[in-house]
Order: sequence, then C-alpha cells, then structure tokens
Amino acid sequence: MADPMRIRAKAKDGGVNVKILMAHEMETGQRKDSAGKPIPAHFIQHVSVTWQGKVVLSANWGPAISKNPFLEFDFKGGKKGDKIQVTWTDNKGDTRTDEATIN
Amino acid sequence: MSSIKLRVVVALSGLAFACAAQAGQTATPVKVAAQTKKAASKSRSAIAAEFEKFRDIMEEASPAELFEAKGEELWKAKRGPKNASLEKCDLGLGPGVLKGAYVKMPRYFADTDQVMDAERRIVYCMVTLQGFKEADLAKKPFSSASKTPDPVSLVTYVAGQSRGMKIAVPQKHPKERDAYNTGEEIFNYRAGPWDFSCATCHGADNLRIRTQDLPNLSSKEGAIAAFQGWPGYRMTGGLMHTLQWRLNDCFRQQRFPEPGYVSETLSDLLTYMGVNANGHVYKGPGIKR
Repeated sequence: MADPMRIRAKAKDGGVNVKILMAHEMETGQRKDSAGKPIPAHFIQHVSVTWQGKVVLSANWGPAISKNPFLEFDFKGGKKGDKIQVTWTDNKGDTRTDEATIN
Repeated sequence: MSSIKLRVVVALSGLAFACAAQAGQTATPVKVAAQTKKAASKSRSAIAAEFEKFRDIMEEASPAELFEAKGEELWKAKRGPKNASLEKCDLGLGPGVLKGAYVKMPRYFADTDQVMDAERRIVYCMVTLQGFKEADLAKKPFSSASKTPDPVSLVTYVAGQSRGMKIAVPQKHPKERDAYNTGEEIFNYRAGPWDFSCATCHGADNLRIRTQDLPNLSSKEGAIAAFQGWPGYRMTGGLMHTLQWRLNDCFRQQRFPEPGYVSETLSDLLTYMGVNANGHVYKGPGIKR
C-alpha cells in the first residue's frame, strides 16, 4: 500500500500556495540490481489536485522526476478552511489520495 | 485554473557537490596545521556554507516528513500478534504522551529498570504491547533500498513531536548518571586493529575526514551538532536513518565488533551525547548529505 503524502496549503494574496511531498520510489527502469537485472520502472504517471470538485492542477509525470517528489504551486480562489484533495496514480496502477485543509 | 506556477524538484540525488577528493586518503582525521589552516578552512567553510544553504531550502520540503507521516500511521494502527496500537506506549512522560518525549531521552524507566533511548523504548513497546519479537526486529534494523524498518519511521514520528523543544536529557536517577559515565568511558575506549576510539575522531575541535567536518561530541556545540538532524534523511541513497544506525556505523568504521541493536551500549553513548547537548533547541528530523 502506498504511504501517506504531506500536504501544506496556505491562503495568501487571494490565492492558495500548495506544497506536496509524495512518498514514492520513482524507479526509472534504467537501473540494474546487484545481479545485473534491470529494475522495473515504477513511477507516478499522473497527479491531480482538486478543490471543491474542480481540478486545479493536473500533471503527467515521467521517470525523470526524483524519488519522494516535492511539488509546489499556487492557484487562484480558495480560502481558509476549504479542503483540497491530491491524487496520484503510478504506472503499476497503484494510487493514493490525501486531503488537506487550507490554512 | 489560471496562474499555475510549478516547481518540481528533479533528480535530487544527482546533485553534485564540488568536493575536492584527496588522493591517497586515509581514514585518520586530519588536524589542519596552523599555517595552511586559514586557506583550507576558507574553501572548506565555503563548501559547508553552500551545503547549509541547500539544506535550508530542503528543510521546508524535507522527505523526513514522509517518514513522520508513515510513523504516525504505524503508531496508531492495530498491529502485531496482539493486534494492538502503540498509543499506550509510555515514553517517559506517561502512556501515549509524545510531545517533548524525544528530547528527554535516553531516560530511566522503572518498569524495565533500565536507561532506554527512543528507539530502544519503542522496540520495547512493540514487543510488550504488540507482541512482536525483538529478535525479528533486530534481524534487519536499518533502512535499505528495499525496506524502511517500522521502528525507523516510528522514531522519526516521535522525534517530530519534539520539534522546536529544548533538549533536556535527565540525570536525576543514579542509573542515568551511570549511563552517562559508562557512555563517556566507551567514547574514550581505545581498541581494535587501528587502536581507535570514538574520541579519536570526535574528541577534539576542528577535525575532519576529507571535506567532512567532525563534531567534537565532548563539547556542547559538537554534541548538539550531532544530536541535531537525527533521525535524518540521507540524500545519498534517499534513506531514512536513526541514531542507532549512525552509531552502529561509527563502530563499523572503527573496525570494532558491531553493537547489538537497541543495546545498552548505545543507550549509554546516546546518554553521553544527549546530556552534552542539553539546553539546545532540537529542530526535528532533518536532512543529511
């Protein structure tokens, strides 16, 4: 099972600043293990963030993103007390959703 | 949807530092001679300052927090043969009290009549409350690419609950004072094929191995430098490690027999280091090179 994310959302200047830290191996598929066999690729393919049912960020990712990725962005609208949901899906079909309250 | 600024930290592990590796290195720490010291320490401190800057940026997105979150899940989940959570675990301030517990450990526990550090106590709780076997937990206690052991995440979670608090490792009970004295003795004990002690590297100011400055653990400033940042996320390999691992690694580097996992030896050494660091503010789980 996927591990929890760390999400911080802060309202400022009429918008919201969101910082997300995701726990993921982000294996590129280019590396080999000690036996010389390639380690299968395992990475987050899609990230989406919703606020009040609206998608405020949608991103397609590839293997170039680092292990345990950090994502920061701003969006307009949103105020203190609102909730945002973050969902990622990886290339093995594993997915994780976490929720945070804007403060 | 408009005005989306995106910042993704890419390929963290690929960040290269211009560290001038010395040819023909020895593992013995180098005492920099007075004349060359000025020039050497200038470039060295420049590298260290650059690294500090990088670490500051990383602090706000420290992957250590992921392990805190995982540790929290593990702490509250009903697990083990006894299907119990760790919420009744007493870390010295009463069952389930986590706030400030980490900065007051190692401490004496009456129920076991022992001085225990955080990881040792948490393992004790996993054994008594959840029914795990200590021998199983001690089999592979350190993080690897394939696995982060549960105690590592748990210690990180507990340590995070002491963020911004003053270190106050107690010395009231006679056994706590014993632990300090034994720790000091182990720290200064020279042995092994290289006739090393912990003090060889960590017992005087301004020692280093290659570009790595070594904290003097017998001083207040050195002890806090070592206490700070652990448990730590090591950018080399992207693994979370606790002080159990760090001290174990010191033993290995000295070519000593490695101490038992969550053994008394390590509690004693951690008491020595913790008491020396008393009074400083603990910044929480951190980031290491």
